[in-house]
Amino acid sequence: MAVRLAWGLALAFAISSPFWMSGYHLYQFSQVLIYAIALLGLNLLTGYNGQLSLGHGAFFAIGGYGAAILIVKFGLPFWLAIPIASAVCFVAGFLFGFPALRFGGLYLALATFALAVAAPQLLAFKGIDFLTGGSQGLQVPKPGALLGLPMTTDQSVFWLCLIAAVALFVIAGNLVRGRFGRALVAIRDHPIAAESMGVNAALYKTICFGVSALYAGVAGGLDAVAVGFVSPESFGLALSLAFLVGIVVGGLASIGGVLFGALFIEFVPNYADQLTVYFGENAKALPGAVYGLLMILMMAAAPMGIAGLLRSLARASGLRSQ
Amino acid sequence: MVELFHQLASGLALGGVYAITALALVMIFQATQLVNFAQGEMAMFSTYIAWWLMQNGWDYWQAFGVTVVFSFVGGVVIERVVVRPFAQAPVLASVIVFIGLSFIFNALAGFFFGYSVQSFDTPFDGRPWFGNKFMSAHESGSVVVSLVVLALVFAFFRFTPLGLAMRAAAQNPASARLVGVRVGWMLALGWGLAAAIGAVAGMMAAPIVYLDPNMMGGILLYAFAGAVLGGIDNPWGAVFGGFTVGIAENLLGAYVVGEEVKLSVALIIIIGVLVAKPSGLFGRRIVARV
Repeated sequence: MAVRLAWGLALAFAISSPFWMSGYHLYQFSQVLIYAIALLGLNLLTGYNGQLSLGHGAFFAIGGYGAAILIVKFGLPFWLAIPIASAVCFVAGFLFGFPALRFGGLYLALATFALAVAAPQLLAFKGIDFLTGGSQGLQVPKPGALLGLPMTTDQSVFWLCLIAAVALFVIAGNLVRGRFGRALVAIRDHPIAAESMGVNAALYKTICFGVSALYAGVAGGLDAVAVGFVSPESFGLALSLAFLVGIVVGGLASIGGVLFGALFIEFVPNYADQLTVYFGENAKALPGAVYGLLMILMMAAAPMGIAGLLRSLARASGLRSQ
Repeated sequence: MVELFHQLASGLALGGVYAITALALVMIFQATQLVNFAQGEMAMFSTYIAWWLMQNGWDYWQAFGVTVVFSFVGGVVIERVVVRPFAQAPVLASVIVFIGLSFIFNALAGFFFGYSVQSFDTPFDGRPWFGNKFMSAHESGSVVVSLVVLALVFAFFRFTPLGLAMRAAAQNPASARLVGVRVGWMLALGWGLAAAIGAVAGMMAAPIVYLDPNMMGGILLYAFAGAVLGGIDNPWGAVFGGFTVGIAENLLGAYVVGEEVKLSVALIIIIGVLVAKPSGLFGRRIVARV
């Protein structure tokens, strides 16, 4: 009951916000929704299926660049470009999932770490710069008003992100509650038992990788449209690690938790930037310090993140019976 | 031809750095079956300590010695305070903790020493050694330092009682504990040694790649590639892999893929090895009983 109420309130807040929020704040909340979609994808993979990815920034980049190239070089509208780019991401994730099957948890972390570090260089690669714009990146035209309604660019971007986010959250929620989700959790918790129950672990794990990359791809595509620009430097290791921070803070294996994670990785660096007044230029270091400390403290004290804390709070106060 | 030897020589120099970083990774892996993702940032922070000491007028080798000792103590403290509580936690939690550690060291370095790129002195300046044409004095010196570190580590593990106790603790903790080895402290010592070796790697790399809070990102990746190539549970393999990756990276970067996408060499090596021969060239195959 409490959970439904919280979801309703969050949705009401989101739907009302384009009518009263300033353009810049609206842009920030679009970013929150975009991060939430990417985190949702990573959480399906890492939280529910136990496959650790330190390289989801690369799939985010494929989605972003894919959409940008389709819009700029092929003249497709964004509502076609983003789904196509996301489908490409699904295939990329599925294919990456195949070798990943052979890696134990740690080796997968190494391989995806390598992917994250190498991604900016590969995006700037000269051989493909007629498509990607090389190290300069690509300018993406922002969408105009949706359905001919009177709205600013910020408002249409926000509506776009909100619609995508709601759809993807509902899909993820259903996936996780159903047969697919139970198989994922079973594979994470006891692969051998899962296989002997007839779960095709290899298939589920690769599909999970594909779906997870697809979510990252949608987020990347939306990000390209929202920011109006893609460049290799914005898809580095820092982005991939920020996603990891997001799901750890929000809560591993939690659908609602990713919203907290997304709020966290959008606003903490922002507020830390404002502290330059007190700490000088080197205050740039503060978000990293907060990220690092929180990751360790969370793992020690609240391994299920904010979502886990709220769950135990609700249980303690009797709002939710277990 | 001269150009080719040049590339080989600088590959060898950076390869030495990768080799000892990979050795530090393997040391922790052997004892805990975990890869320390914070190894690079810890080494970077140590290098800043050395830089700061030299800024305050210390002699190079004094600063070098103090930094190595400081890093050793730091490594032991980190194991005791941060890593130990997660000894029984799943791999996912440990990796997250290591990533958290790397965030913290990166932030500390940025906060105390700033984000601007600094040059870092080398004790081996002046003319190239023995009048050779291919290798700068620092490159020769750093290869020698890498080899000395390897020899010392080998001698320590092979010829001292403490080294034997550490090997025992890593290979068979239960039996080691029964014969009186304090396994917990051996792990802490392992972290200390890894941090000290990493500090040497950082100080050898800094004159080449320059000192800034993100200097070890690429180096750590190549060290991963070296460790995976040689077999992540085999110190000799890791050393061989480190040198091989250093040379391959330089040659491929210069002649095949181009300087701009050199990092993807590491990506290809890691994925290629894991697909074709997950245990690496010299690693032991892991057989699990179901």
